[in-house]
Amino acid sequence: MSQGRMIVKQAGPLALIQDAGRFGVGHLGVTQSGAADWISYNWANWLLGNPANSAALEIVMGGNLTLEAGSDVCLALTGADLDARIDGEPLAPNACFTLKAGQCLTFRQPRAGLRVYLAFPGGLQAPEVLGSRACTAREMIGGLHEDGKPLQTGDQLSWQGDAPSPRQLPDNAGLPMPQNRCQLPLVLGSQVAHFAGRSLYQAFNQPWTVDQRADRMGIRLTGQALKSKLEGVISEGIPLGAVQIPPDGQPIVLMNDRQTIGGYPRIGALTPSACARLSQCLPGTEVWLRPVSATQAQVTHRRQLAVWE
Amino acid sequence: MKLRLETAAMDALTVRLFDAIDERNMAWIMAADTALRHAFGDVLIDLVPSYTTLLIHYDCRSMAFVEATALAREALKDLQPADTQNGQLHEIPVWYDESVGPELPQVAKRAGLSVEQLIERHCGHDYSVFALGFAPGYGFMGLVDESLTTPRLKTPRRRVAAGSVGIADRQTAIYPLLSPGGWNILGRTAVPLFEYARRGEPLFRPGDKVRFTSISRAEFEAAGGDTTPLEERA
Repeated sequence: MSQGRMIVKQAGPLALIQDAGRFGVGHLGVTQSGAADWISYNWANWLLGNPANSAALEIVMGGNLTLEAGSDVCLALTGADLDARIDGEPLAPNACFTLKAGQCLTFRQPRAGLRVYLAFPGGLQAPEVLGSRACTAREMIGGLHEDGKPLQTGDQLSWQGDAPSPRQLPDNAGLPMPQNRCQLPLVLGSQVAHFAGRSLYQAFNQPWTVDQRADRMGIRLTGQALKSKLEGVISEGIPLGAVQIPPDGQPIVLMNDRQTIGGYPRIGALTPSACARLSQCLPGTEVWLRPVSATQAQVTHRRQLAVWE
Repeated sequence: MKLRLETAAMDALTVRLFDAIDERNMAWIMAADTALRHAFGDVLIDLVPSYTTLLIHYDCRSMAFVEATALAREALKDLQPADTQNGQLHEIPVWYDESVGPELPQVAKRAGLSVEQLIERHCGHDYSVFALGFAPGYGFMGLVDESLTTPRLKTPRRRVAAGSVGIADRQTAIYPLLSPGGWNILGRTAVPLFEYARRGEPLFRPGDKVRFTSISRAEFEAAGGDTTPLEERA
């Protein structure tokens, strides 16, 4: 099989190799990592006919990240609109496309959403650490050089072979990037008992604003403060999407690169789909928390997974 | 021990066994860890034990919420504490010195001890590993002698060197890799905790015991230790 190559002509602020994540290692203190908008990530691999969990690029913000193809290659682009261009010509997202040898693919700035997923034939080649190729800067784990660093100028991306079976996105797939008043389903946790009734009412009946302080570890929401009767709790394992309330009453949603244990009271956890949506929200986006039962959330989740089977 | 099962997320449950930190909890936590791993088998995605709880993350593609709750309850119904002798004892050599452990004088002064007495007291107990978290291979251990209780630094350091050994409240820990942190640093070890963790074979696990031993600068250097003073890294 032929070896494909692409060179990073100019690095942007943040482009990471990601797959579905690192599982079964939480008890070692190692975080889950993985594609934050796992729905767009799965669509990108699906478009090329790649096996699930193939390593792809998660590109945040764009910032003139420029990639130059070493040979003709079929790629798939999903997620945000980062004003992607091929040699200056606008490129439509949510589709497969061909980048010819010598052409440059550039990501400029977010116009809708925040993260783009770029899938490569058969998946990007990168060293596997603890069962995953996901890159986690904070832990210095994963990535091209096994140091957790995002893509740097001069890095070389490689893959093997051709796209297994390029596809078109079905009409009803729908990958809308979040707009204002975006709904985030949340499964209530048992610690809700420690919140005053008024705070619980407020949690679900006021708009929350996505703050600037947002990264792959956690996303802060601002609004009228919530009050817990607990100052802190004894540190315990925290799931993806956990909505913790620090003493200032402003929620922090814990994302893929969260610490494995933590000690703030929580009102519950966003569903994985809600986490994907939140990860695409630009600072300033207005979001609403909406309670959902664990059982109902699982039904919706299984329906989402079934579309790629 | 009082067992409570709580919803943590769409596909995660918190098993709550205790309400306070105690070294004796760990025999129960580890017994629950074994029982849950056995019961959930392939359906288990992650199981994160901590001081008083375990977080079960299960695969909801093959198991529904109601089934998972029932399975956890069944697995834990006749729980008996694990034999604490099962946990391994690890000796961690530490170079206690003000250059790499700037809080030695303050912690000693607070406790009304000389630095030598403080080192002796920190080395004088086999600590239980309560949980791994914060960073790969970072073990929360305790409990340190009550006299050594010290609150976290008011302003956390931006950079704490790998191998730094610290105290916060009644807990002690080792930073596996360079990271920010607010613990009171007493010394440094050359044991490469992060290297073990990233291979998936952490040196110690929850339920294990850790004993610190005091070594000289020469011994620390011979073990490959980095003697760069802590504050020069700030």
